[in-house]
Formats: sequence, structure tokens, C-alpha cells
Amino acid sequence: MLEWILAILIIVGAFFTLVGSIGLFKLPDFYMRLHGPTKASTLGVGAILIASAIHFSLKTDGVSLHEILVTLFLFITAPVSAHLMAKAAIHIKVKQVERTRQLED
Amino acid sequence: MMFRRVFPHPLLTLILWAIWLLLNNSMDPGHIVLGAALAIFIPWLTSSYWPEQIIIRHPWMLVLYILKVLYEILVANAVVAKLILGPQKRLNPGFLHYELQLTSPVGISLLANTISLTPGTVSCDLSKDRRYLLIHALHIDDVAEIKAEIHRKFEKPLLEIFVAC
Repeated sequence: MLEWILAILIIVGAFFTLVGSIGLFKLPDFYMRLHGPTKASTLGVGAILIASAIHFSLKTDGVSLHEILVTLFLFITAPVSAHLMAKAAIHIKVKQVERTRQLED
Repeated sequence: MMFRRVFPHPLLTLILWAIWLLLNNSMDPGHIVLGAALAIFIPWLTSSYWPEQIIIRHPWMLVLYILKVLYEILVANAVVAKLILGPQKRLNPGFLHYELQLTSPVGISLLANTISLTPGTVSCDLSKDRRYLLIHALHIDDVAEIKAEIHRKFEKPLLEIFVAC
């Protein structure tokens, strides 16, 4: 039973990480590509880390809480780096897909 | 105000202590003492970078908010996965200005982080007067709807949690 839960969590995590990479590869411009890794990876890495925490808490003595920290740091740093990259891209006027909606004002 | 001098940011002290213990993955008395020493020393050393007091009115609401954000990440991930795997001709990316009602700096940065974490939107810039957030969205159907959603799901709870300063 436990193995099944862990397997499902890892597969879900791997799937969303893969989707993030596919997004990085095929989306047309920089701003859209930014969505791939910062997003799909939150759930992808999250699911894998939950699986890791469950596995090591039950298979070894004591609880394994390192994973919570990894998740915490990931969730704090990923948006900040995305924000900085987007801001830098706007400043140096990185090319956008033509159909990108511009600001109304 | 002796207490404020020793603990400029009591919350930061508690968080640092917890992080130290988690990093070491142990509850040894030695680590508890060392962690406490670091947790008191670091906020004191960096207190000039954090001039304003962070006031959280409802700590339990912050916990609720985090759970809600986790749920939103889960839902939105599925949506974005579909957008990425589907034909990209159908995607309408774009920028939008979000008018902030939040005034507390910590509240604004939490909102911006949340917007970037939930799939489909990335916060790109904050206007100098801290009134507008520039957001890039992967797919826009209706701008007003996205803004209303951000306000309803994220900004409203944050407005209640963080006192304006």
C-alpha cells in the first residue's frame, strides 16, 4: 500500500517536471518560457519531496524533515528569481510573441 | 523596551531557530542552544535592514492562507500542464497591471510571490509608488476575470492578515 502511494507521488512529480521541461522547450518567447520551469516544477518537485519525506520517515528511525526545508527554500527562491528575470527581460526589451497583449494604459 | 532591543524581530528569531533545528535534523540539547544563540544574534545583526515592524494580525489566518495557496498551486498546475501540452497557437499571452490595495511591504511581496508560484502568472515588476504590480500571464481570456480572481483568492486574505504601515 505504502509503495503504491510513493510510486504515485513520484510519477506525478516526474510528470509535472517533464511538462515544465516541455514548456521550456516549446513555448515561443522568453516570458512564456518563464512559466514552464517556475510553475510545473513547484508541484513536480513538491510531490517528489513528499514521497521522499514519507519514505525516509517510515523506513528509518526518526522523522525526516529536511524535505520541508527544501520545499520552503524552493518556494521562496523560485518566484524571486522568476521576478528578477522577468524584470531584467523587460528592461532590455526581450522580444515578445506578436500576439502578446500589451497594457491598456 | 528591553525586549525589543534583544529581539528586534521575535518571529524571525523563532523561524531561524526552527530552520536551524530542521537543517540539523536533530533535537540535541547542543543544537537547541546553538540554534537559539544564532537565532538571537542574526536578527540583531541584520535589524538595520528591517526597519519596520512586521505586524501579523491573525497568525492562524496565515496558516490557512498557505494551505489555500498550496491547493491553488495544485489546481492551477493541471490547468497550465494542459495549456503547455495543447496547441500553442491558442495561447494568448500578455501583460496586465494589477492595482494593489495592500500597502504593507511584506504583504505586497507575499502577494507577488504567490502570483508567481501559482501557475499561469508571473509578477514582473512593481511600480515605484508601490501601487501597481506588472503581471505576465501565459493565457488571457478575460483580463478583468484574472484581476478579480487574484483579488478574491489572494489579496483579500492578505489584507486581513497584514496591517498597513
